[in-house]
Amino acid sequence: MTKYIIRRLLQTIPVLLGVSILVFSLMFLIPGDPAQVMAGEGASEQTVENLREKLGLNDPAYVQYGRFLGNALQGDLGNSVRSGRPVMDEIQARFWITVEVAVYATILAVFIGLIAGIISAVRHYTLTDVSIMIIALFGLSMPNFWLGLLLIQWFALGNLPFGWDLPEILKMRPSGWGDSWRQIILPVITLGTGGAAIIARMTRSSMLEVIGQDYIRTARAKGVSERIVIYRHALKNALIPVVTVIGLEFGGFLGGAVLTETIFAINGMGRLTIDAIRQRDFPVVQGTVLVISLLFVIVNLLVDISYKFLNKRIDLN
Amino acid sequence: MNEMESILVVNNLQTSFGTEAGEVRAVDGVSFTVPKGKTIGIVGESGSGKSITSLSILRLLASNGKTKGGEVLFKGKDLLKLSEKAMREIRGNQISMIFQEPMTSLNPVYTVGQQISETIKIHKKLGNKEAMSQSVEMLKLVGIPSPEKRVKQYPHELSGGMRQRVMIAMALACDPEILIADEPTTALDVTIQAQILELIKDLQNRLGMSVIMITHDLGVVAETCDYVAVMYAGQVVEYSDVRTLFKNPKHPYTLGLLNSLPRHDVDQEKLIPIKGMVPSPHEMPVGCRFAPRCPVATELCHKKQPDLLSTGGDNSEQIRCWMYSEEWDGESEVTLYGEKRTVKG
Repeated sequence: MTKYIIRRLLQTIPVLLGVSILVFSLMFLIPGDPAQVMAGEGASEQTVENLREKLGLNDPAYVQYGRFLGNALQGDLGNSVRSGRPVMDEIQARFWITVEVAVYATILAVFIGLIAGIISAVRHYTLTDVSIMIIALFGLSMPNFWLGLLLIQWFALGNLPFGWDLPEILKMRPSGWGDSWRQIILPVITLGTGGAAIIARMTRSSMLEVIGQDYIRTARAKGVSERIVIYRHALKNALIPVVTVIGLEFGGFLGGAVLTETIFAINGMGRLTIDAIRQRDFPVVQGTVLVISLLFVIVNLLVDISYKFLNKRIDLN
Repeated sequence: MNEMESILVVNNLQTSFGTEAGEVRAVDGVSFTVPKGKTIGIVGESGSGKSITSLSILRLLASNGKTKGGEVLFKGKDLLKLSEKAMREIRGNQISMIFQEPMTSLNPVYTVGQQISETIKIHKKLGNKEAMSQSVEMLKLVGIPSPEKRVKQYPHELSGGMRQRVMIAMALACDPEILIADEPTTALDVTIQAQILELIKDLQNRLGMSVIMITHDLGVVAETCDYVAVMYAGQVVEYSDVRTLFKNPKHPYTLGLLNSLPRHDVDQEKLIPIKGMVPSPHEMPVGCRFAPRCPVATELCHKKQPDLLSTGGDNSEQIRCWMYSEEWDGESEVTLYGEKRTVKG
């Protein structure tokens, strides 16, 4: 087990190297001179040249990459062009906000998705099943930005359809981040809905497949109650593909919170990235993409390790 | 045989499945008796309804299956009328079952010990530790070497024969009165088959349980059974003790099965197959279900379905064939192992 984890960690090195090359190339993939773009339209020749010198853009590409990588390994992702602060500090300030939203959204998605999926599978082809799957299809199809705006319209502004009144208890109008659960609930719902839908569908199909297996019949033939058949015998077998989806969703929430954070004005990593892109703050863009990639790699590693606990047939070595 | 010594009586059992093409009657009026401590074989081709019969007894049918009629009397109680909870107390405890596919019948994510002890914990209300030590005992009983080690292993670490032994250990953990073995050796190598059959027989002698042996293999029947019910297209066509069945088979289908079997004690020019195919459940013949394939069928056979007739004095032999009724007007000669013999109606 330890051996496997060490090996997997070593395997992430080439992945991260690849990511770092891509991230580094971002600078050069953008049309025009990065220094000129960063300095802005009206900047003087001298300003641009100074900036180019400061960023080391006059060096050959491999020297620049070597420097970028060497610094990154020491936790130095350069300084923001706009604020002048180290990129690492900028990220640290926003990182936990994004993680918090992503964790809650994952919990919501897993909780609702698993329960809905299991109910759907146990009552397959009944009205309950069809209703759950139709709702899941809606959840899956709804774009985040639209759902977010809709929730704001309804629960923050109180503009319910048909002229209904919104009870005071359901009003979600936060005064700022860190205020209360009222400010986190709408973004979490926005982010978690799609995930819940995907997990519900995955759980349903996985459970249906498992319920038809011979060992489920064996469990029933032993005199085991239906509840234990479902939760002990079937669910553990059905969870493997579901865990993969959960991992991917969590990774997606971390990296893909851009829209949600923008809509709800949350100062997370997504907002940081968007603002940096808008302001041509390349070091920040590189830094955020690198950190999000690293997180994705770690989440996937955790998913792979969890397989071993779920299915003893998987030989990690 | 009288009712006193029988432990399970299946009476006119009818099981149907709802399919897209309409309702399919997989088991249609099956009756047989399981005597205490004896082995009854249910033999038939694929699709004859033998597995469905056994699943109907324990009420383990798939969700689209439903028992529409008849009764299953276990020590006088009709299992079809019991509550689900009462039924659970019988499953794995008084009536156990082992299945055809040992490779897939054990749960891959739990150890052998966890799976055996689960049964013990449910029915005997024992704690973890005692249940686990009883599991070790059970593995020992079914002849698994180093059971203390095996009990901690997962199914994928065992061979097919070992897994079937584990299934048997699990089924017998609570001293059942009846063991239903649904083609227990079909998926196994021939040498392992013999071992498993030997094991079941040995355990039956030691524990005194009854066995319902479901098989398509007449060799298995000859080796293990005391009584045999031959099934065709969802019905029992012949029921007798095993000696009579092999020495003096009566139903043309049974004769056909025996004629198509290679024997080492009789000179056979060639094996005689039963021509035709088992009828589709959607298009059952109106008359006798075997009539389209029967070499002696008459107009009567095609028109009217025969009932299960008792030919022995005391229900010990039953047959579903017009040849043995008083209405029979066709030929009365059949062929067994190349010899002609006359049937008395």
